[in-house]
Amino acid sequence: MKLTWKEVPIGGVIPKGGVAFEYKSGDWRTFKPVIDINKCVNCLICWIYCPDASIIRLERHVDVDYYHCKGCGICAEECPVKAITMREE
Amino acid sequence: MSKIIGLSGNEAAAYAAKQSKVDVVAAYPITPQTIIVERFSEYVANGEVETEFICVESEHSAMSACIGASLAGARVFTATCSQGLALMHEMLYIASGLRLPIVMDVANRALSAPINIHCDHSDMMGSRDCGWIQVFCENVQEVYDWTIQAFKLSEDLDVLLPTAVNFDGFTITHAMEDVNVLEDSDVEEFLSIRKTKYKLDPDEPMTFGALTLPDYYFEVKRQQEEAMKKAYEKYVNVVKQYEALSGRAYNYLHEFMLEDAEAAIICLGSTAGLVRQVAKKLRNKGRRVGVLKPWLFRPFPSKELLKALENVKSLAVLDRSLSFGAPFGPLCSDVITTLFSEEKTIPVFNVIYGLGGREITPKEVEDIFNLALKAAKTGKVEEKVKFVGVRE
Ligand code: SF4
Ligand code: SF4
Repeated sequence: MKLTWKEVPIGGVIPKGGVAFEYKSGDWRTFKPVIDINKCVNCLICWIYCPDASIIRLERHVDVDYYHCKGCGICAEECPVKAITMREE
Repeated sequence: MSKIIGLSGNEAAAYAAKQSKVDVVAAYPITPQTIIVERFSEYVANGEVETEFICVESEHSAMSACIGASLAGARVFTATCSQGLALMHEMLYIASGLRLPIVMDVANRALSAPINIHCDHSDMMGSRDCGWIQVFCENVQEVYDWTIQAFKLSEDLDVLLPTAVNFDGFTITHAMEDVNVLEDSDVEEFLSIRKTKYKLDPDEPMTFGALTLPDYYFEVKRQQEEAMKKAYEKYVNVVKQYEALSGRAYNYLHEFMLEDAEAAIICLGSTAGLVRQVAKKLRNKGRRVGVLKPWLFRPFPSKELLKALENVKSLAVLDRSLSFGAPFGPLCSDVITTLFSEEKTIPVFNVIYGLGGREITPKEVEDIFNLALKAAKTGKVEEKVKFVGVRE
């Protein structure tokens, strides 16, 4: 049930934090970053550059959080060893 | 207890903000508002206030900083005019949309081009629909009184809307008058500490200004319009409480000799004093004229306006700004809409005057009254929009 104008919190406030986490910005993607884990040297440059905090740190290489990754391609551009390729969805 | 001190309009604004114990001021100086910011920064430098004064690089930043501070629960004051207000335009909507009770004094000044630093109301009228409560002051005393009352109205938890306190550039900003000021403690009691419904607080995180698409935006805006209605209702309590404290009575509109008036002039701001003076003179000659001056412009006092004009047979509405290409100036449009919505059909004409600081003379006002009296007799208006004071 959606709230009426009398029920919505004033000013469009959402009375809790971290709500962007629930929003599936992954829906916006046209190209998807794919990581070649054999090439990845785990330098974390992509992790620093990703504007959506969508790079996941693992023990030996990185992974992508496709729920939030919107496919901007910055990670692929910045990866020094070309471990990331952008593939059409 | 109150005392009388000599203050200019700008000094009165700064003095009122000081007594209102504002937590944050973020402002950028612009003629003719500059002295408000200068005086206030002196209070800060002298340790007379505990206010956080933020020096910003533009009016856009000034309003942005005000928004952040107000979200955190601070009482916030700023001042601007003209190009500065225009530069804030984007942020004005964010302040009202986020329901932040910021008070801003606006020293009305013309907009460029051509560049001009003198008074007209183009600046505020250009941001007319920004969702702010808007009041217009006639003199220095009113600037002082309205700056304080504005906090009370804005901060009401049923209202939570920002207020723009307008006063004519130079005519009021730079005029020195005797001003009745309240005791600090009285203002403190009148305003009490600002309360909030929601605020930025790291211990209790909330999301402000989130993306709101077609599924919720409309509801949020509908609710914002309801806040304007609440402001309209609560307005009476504010002015009544202030009257009890100060002895000065405000209302939605100031009515002058309207009970038996045939013709009336409606105008905003400092011009009203001159218009009343001329009306008095004409009354002595037996002409039945009256004057109506709205203090409150947004929300527009339609109900009270209709009541005040009950017996009036013709009307001249003075606009100190142009709405290019529109049928009438902004004030006249509202007046005509109000009359028409209640099927009151009397001859009304619009007078555009005073652009860029051009003075209107008593003789010109008298001529307007005479035209209105003629319209009351004939029931007709010859010229719907008249430019008074421009070289033909
Ligand atoms: S494509 Fe853009 S959003 Fe997605 S992981 Fe790479 S940098 Fe982040
Ligand atoms: S930038 Fe390239 S090499 Fe570095 S962690 Fe990311 S994918 Fe691996």
